[in-house]
Amino acid sequence: MSEFQLRELHDTEFPVPAEFQDNIAITSLSRIYNWSRRSSMWPMLFGLACCAIEMIATAASRYDTARFGMEVMRASPRQADLMIVSGTVTKKMIVPIVRLYNQMPEPKYVLAMGACASGGGPFKEGYNVVSGIDQFLPVDVYVPGCPPTPQALINGLIALQKKIDGQSLANLDDVPWYGVGPSDPVPIPVLAADIIDPRQMELIRQQAERTAAGVGAARALPQAALDRVQIERARAAAAKGGTTAIAAKSSAPSEPVDEAIAAARLARRMEALARKRAKDAQQ
Amino acid sequence: MTDQTLAPVQTGTIENAIEFLKARYPDSVKDDTRSGYSGVVVSKSQLVDVARTLRDELGFDYLSSATAVDYLGVSDHMEMVYHAYRTSGGPPLVFKAQTERSNAEVPSLIDVWPGVDFQEREAWDLFGIRFAGHPNLKRILMWDGFEGHPMRKDWREAYYEEDQKPFESRWPRGYIRRAEELNVYGRNVRYPDDLDLGALKDDSAEESLYSGMGLGVDVSAYETEGIKTDKLVVNLGPHHPSTHGVFRMVVTLDGETVLSLEPVMGYLHRNHEKIGERNAWLHNMPFTDRLDYISSMSNNLGYALAVEDLLASGARYAPPSYRAEAIRVLMVELTRIVNHFWAIGFLLNDLGAFFTPALYAIAEREKILDFFEATAGSRMMCNYMRFQGVAKDLPERIRSTANLLNDRVRDFNTMDYLTEMITERLPRAIDDLDRYLTDSEIVKSRTIGVGYLPPEMAIAYSTAGPLLRASGIPYDVRRAEPYSIYPDLDFDVAVRYNGDIYDRYLIRLDEMRESVRILKQVLPRLEKSQGESIFSGNKAIYMPRVPVGEAYGRVENPKGELGYYVVSEGDPKGPQNPWRYHVRAPSFINLTALGAMCKGHKVADVVAILGSIDIVLGETDR
Repeated sequence: MSEFQLRELHDTEFPVPAEFQDNIAITSLSRIYNWSRRSSMWPMLFGLACCAIEMIATAASRYDTARFGMEVMRASPRQADLMIVSGTVTKKMIVPIVRLYNQMPEPKYVLAMGACASGGGPFKEGYNVVSGIDQFLPVDVYVPGCPPTPQALINGLIALQKKIDGQSLANLDDVPWYGVGPSDPVPIPVLAADIIDPRQMELIRQQAERTAAGVGAARALPQAALDRVQIERARAAAAKGGTTAIAAKSSAPSEPVDEAIAAARLARRMEALARKRAKDAQQ
Repeated sequence: MTDQTLAPVQTGTIENAIEFLKARYPDSVKDDTRSGYSGVVVSKSQLVDVARTLRDELGFDYLSSATAVDYLGVSDHMEMVYHAYRTSGGPPLVFKAQTERSNAEVPSLIDVWPGVDFQEREAWDLFGIRFAGHPNLKRILMWDGFEGHPMRKDWREAYYEEDQKPFESRWPRGYIRRAEELNVYGRNVRYPDDLDLGALKDDSAEESLYSGMGLGVDVSAYETEGIKTDKLVVNLGPHHPSTHGVFRMVVTLDGETVLSLEPVMGYLHRNHEKIGERNAWLHNMPFTDRLDYISSMSNNLGYALAVEDLLASGARYAPPSYRAEAIRVLMVELTRIVNHFWAIGFLLNDLGAFFTPALYAIAEREKILDFFEATAGSRMMCNYMRFQGVAKDLPERIRSTANLLNDRVRDFNTMDYLTEMITERLPRAIDDLDRYLTDSEIVKSRTIGVGYLPPEMAIAYSTAGPLLRASGIPYDVRRAEPYSIYPDLDFDVAVRYNGDIYDRYLIRLDEMRESVRILKQVLPRLEKSQGESIFSGNKAIYMPRVPVGEAYGRVENPKGELGYYVVSEGDPKGPQNPWRYHVRAPSFINLTALGAMCKGHKVADVVAILGSIDIVLGETDR
């Protein structure tokens, strides 16, 4: 162990004589535990799509994750600490991914690499695409990019190391694995007519009942989004009345529509203001 | 090919072949008279006979592409489109079979060209066309039990907004909303009204996979040569370090020996084609980068060629300038070298030489990627080609921030950088690989004679690229149907004759050397054309009006023949989107031969054979 690293570990009020500081460190359990974990973070050898190529490039000689103790990529989830979700998560693939995650021993971390893993990316609208791995797994670090450059991935890994440094054994609520017993596994999605997340089962059942009874949606959709759709529809209808689609598109008569937006927005703001005032008055 | 007739194979032009077909099948073969279309329409009843005549008597032995188109709202029928080529070179004979949309059914051509196997399964999966006579017609990209056939024009995804981009909500007013907001589940899901939650099972999709194989998952004992062994079904993948991505093989083993192998794919099916048909023409360019993500530049070129083919029938088309073509060839050949370095490095990985050879092999790749980054702005997803040109000229200097050396950005003159790379660094790196690997006893004993693919099978399975040429078929699109400035360039089509893993490794070395030879000829052309326009004419045309019609553009990608089948349909004055955008992916079709190649080998060889095909999942699953 180098002198620099040992000095870095000092974490106590007890003074260590200067001549011993290169040989002795007095530190807290959290500190040394976090330090050893973040310095040997073994990623799972697991690539999904394009980002996996950049992940390999990051591990290769030019960028070299061995500098962070991360070069030991484990093919088995049982030996891995970190899942780098490198690429588009599809509905067909999320089932094995959740299984792999459940098989990783704690403490475990997830890094969403690139636009697809973070939120669906360019393929978000695709019928077989999950809009981000965070719909199923807890994500620790998001790395933007399509694909992120190796520098960006290394930056994300350093961010993860910082996050680990901040975790504490003393605070049992900090991360699940410092609490009592292992945390619950993530329920495994089911491939049916479309993918089914077991956590949404109740909502799906309600919706099916409501559809059968011929009443509306089971979940309240945000008013703002519905407003916007209505406005878009009104504009599209107005545009259809024009001479050609293109000409109408650019010069759509939009004043009444804009008024409608403004009125709706104002009404919502006034409502919110009233709520806030009522709350203030209570206090 | 036991049923091959001995009649002399006809040669001659496509017109001659069509005349011959029409004379032979006067009732079934009709010219495709739609404006912008070519080839013939064959009636379903005689499709197989016509195909057999094409293959045996007219010499169209290579079926490149088979895909479906849904003409809902145009003429309300479905259509299978086939592109057949002669391995001696030349243009395709395009033939089509039409069927009604409800109860769509077309006879399978699997007995004539086994290479249509996966392509017909894909058409069933995505379009719902049944193929009479297909022995294993089940879903290939989506899972069994999925609702509907998503590529049909009336099938709408959960996040559906409009048929065509740019969406009314985004342009010109720019109301942005998250797609999740309007979905009841807040997810990219949509369930049919009659979803039966009571009947859900965790592994229904898996069950149908195994039962479809006729295997079952139980282990049964049986006798071979007096030794009692167990028949065992083993899953390789989709998470497996050697499968080059999320590819899965279900292998039936007798001891260590492979009895049968079933590829299972779709784990990276991210709906390129559905999204591509919503996109405007140019929108698709960055999506092509993400097909074969190791060689994005050549994907770009294939798509640009296909659309230029359509544009050429319009009034205001001029081909790209010479400089644009020279830059394209430069990029594409560099990509080929990148890809083959990668393929060889990871083939060695698959042979068990874990990572050290791969690290050597991909070291030079970084230099090429620096050049790509400086030119196109991105290391991997270059999005560089445009219709009738390229996006930017080569930069004067390469100042790549990835090139930091002691916190200084290294700075090179582009032409010097290229010259050094092409004349010194790349040949040296190729020679290094050659020296370390070619005579290695371990490489030889693991690869020679393993995964043999006979030439007639390579053609029948529609394999392409190094896989086809290592089996002794000198078929290279750059020579068979030349594009860009390849006719001006002096190079040989690499060919090897043993058809095993070793030859597939050697042919990649050969091809890299040929690429260097091409690049050496491109350099003076770049010097000479400096200052010329990088487009046809003076101005870039980004959003062209694409005339109605069909086109098939194909290029010799590092992994094989990459083709784009595009159809332009609808109002030429309105917003312009592809009606059909199909990718003929070499990785996908090359896998058709995998099962046959692995039969009888040991399970450890399966991994090496797969590595020698060199697939990439972005392209396989699309």
